[in-house]
Amino acid sequence: MNNVLVYCEMEDGAVADVSLELLTKGRSLANELNCGLEALVIGSELNGVENEVFSYGADIVHVADDKRLDPYSTLPHAKIAEDLFRGQKPVIGLFGATSAGRDLAPRVASVLKCGLTADCTALEIGDHVDNKTGKEYKNLLYQIRPAFGGNILATIINPETRPQLATVREGVMKKEKVTGNHKGEVKKIDAGKLLSDHDLIVKLIERHVEPRKVNITNSSIIVSGGYGVGSKENFKLLFDLAEVLGGEVAGSRAAVDSGFVEHERQVGQTGVTVRPKLYIACGISGQIQHRAGMDQSAMIISINDDPNAPINRIADYSIIGDLNDVIPKMIKYYKKNSK
Amino acid sequence: MTKFNIIVLAKQVPDTRNVGKDAMKADGTVNRSALPAIFNPEDLNALEQALRLKDKYPGSSVTLLTMGPGRAAEVIREALYRGVDKGSLLTDRKFAGSDTLATSYVLSMAIKKLEPYDIVIAGRQAIDGDTAQVGPQVAEKLNVPQVTYAEEIISLEQESVKIKRRLERGVETVVSPLPAVITVHSSAPPCRPRNAKLLMKYKHSRSVSELQDLSEDYLQLHRDRPYLKIEEWGASSISADEEKLGLSGSPTKVKKIESVVFKAKESKQLSSSDEDIDSLVKELIDKHTIG
Repeated sequence: MNNVLVYCEMEDGAVADVSLELLTKGRSLANELNCGLEALVIGSELNGVENEVFSYGADIVHVADDKRLDPYSTLPHAKIAEDLFRGQKPVIGLFGATSAGRDLAPRVASVLKCGLTADCTALEIGDHVDNKTGKEYKNLLYQIRPAFGGNILATIINPETRPQLATVREGVMKKEKVTGNHKGEVKKIDAGKLLSDHDLIVKLIERHVEPRKVNITNSSIIVSGGYGVGSKENFKLLFDLAEVLGGEVAGSRAAVDSGFVEHERQVGQTGVTVRPKLYIACGISGQIQHRAGMDQSAMIISINDDPNAPINRIADYSIIGDLNDVIPKMIKYYKKNSK
Repeated sequence: MTKFNIIVLAKQVPDTRNVGKDAMKADGTVNRSALPAIFNPEDLNALEQALRLKDKYPGSSVTLLTMGPGRAAEVIREALYRGVDKGSLLTDRKFAGSDTLATSYVLSMAIKKLEPYDIVIAGRQAIDGDTAQVGPQVAEKLNVPQVTYAEEIISLEQESVKIKRRLERGVETVVSPLPAVITVHSSAPPCRPRNAKLLMKYKHSRSVSELQDLSEDYLQLHRDRPYLKIEEWGASSISADEEKLGLSGSPTKVKKIESVVFKAKESKQLSSSDEDIDSLVKELIDKHTIG
């Protein structure tokens, strides 16, 4: 009761990465609030799903297993989620900001008459004093998100209503198994009893899902490399940094032409245009053709051994040095400083 | 041939896509006057889907609803120029400060006033908030199914609608009974341009408040051509419960706003020393750029 609850989405027979990331975040929020972490998995043929969920820190997993629940459809998933939220009364509910999560969470928030914040980039616990009434609120969920086309960062709270719901995009939170052999309790939901004909009135006629492709345009953090990276092997460093930061790897045309990185990752006039929150340009001189594809990034960091490289003129920070030295240090200090 | 009663939801938004340097004031707040107010892009995709249905099923009607301040009447005029039959502006001080829950309540009460309706079509999300919450929440308040991310409304029948949806990694086709709420994705066809005849017909259309500042000639024109009047609906005209409106009807509150538009680029030069990199990483984490 009054725990943190994560709606877990299934993808290709396993719990989706975004849900595992939310379980990781949910676990740390639950620890801070001194409460438990619950997961809700809705789908079909879910045998064994609990083990994966437990290894990311859930104390209870609610499983609704019914062939009518896969693939995702709004009304039956909303019915089950609503029933569980009413029964368990969690303080916080987290959903992936995916096609399904962004369809489901608002419907659930509306029926529960509670607040929902979409696409949060950070979730923290904090207190609040209402300026007008002077009333104090303890342990609220700070839901931090960009708004206004990414030009402002807003902290949203729900002082009075529960649960406090939020969606988070894939790759924003870190995914980390809990240490030790964490086990929890499985609670089965009787979907057959809950669902009525009314919940099944929208019929799926056809569905075509494409395999995952690299899509750097959606990434809020991009680690990009140029000719100065030197080799395909050296690019591995960039992949390491991107993985730690939850970002994607990109390359300049020179890097792609040299075969260091595949074409679908090319940024610039002949590649894709990106405007991430953070663009780290490694060994990129910064020709106009490349800058055209990335100069709208909210923040640019360049790593280059040439202090006069044109990229430094549009960079917020220019690190003058060898990327083989700088990138491992960035990874090291990120791990040290992030919670 | 069956006729349908179609409702389109649209929002006037500041154009956040091309934010220039003057978009933020020195104190870090948004300089709204530097951003033009536009018809929310995906609502235009939604409008096109509605107009295509009207073309396909002659005799159907399209009504546009928009909630906002008085100047949002412009959205209704733009829709009239493209072929909607009528529009209402939902405007009231009591609506101010509404989050998505309170907004969807207002829209659902306005839709109920237009009953019976067959289909409600809106854009997936508005570019000022990017929440994509209002469509599904309106559907829930009306207790009807929702079909989100529509790329094409394939067919409409007396009691059902067939829709192609655009998902993150694919497409699906579903059939929903009517009435239903549909949200339209940006991958749907763009909206048709203004029609010259309709532009001539509706260019003097004005909301009740806009008319107050206009000359007697204008008032006479409106008396002769009642279709020029854009209706304004406040809380009482949609029988709204005041507790569910504005700030009191909004569970979410904004605690803090920070500007993330940076001042003219001032490049800071760092060395590859441990101290420099450690402090840079700390700063990025503090600013929520990473972590």
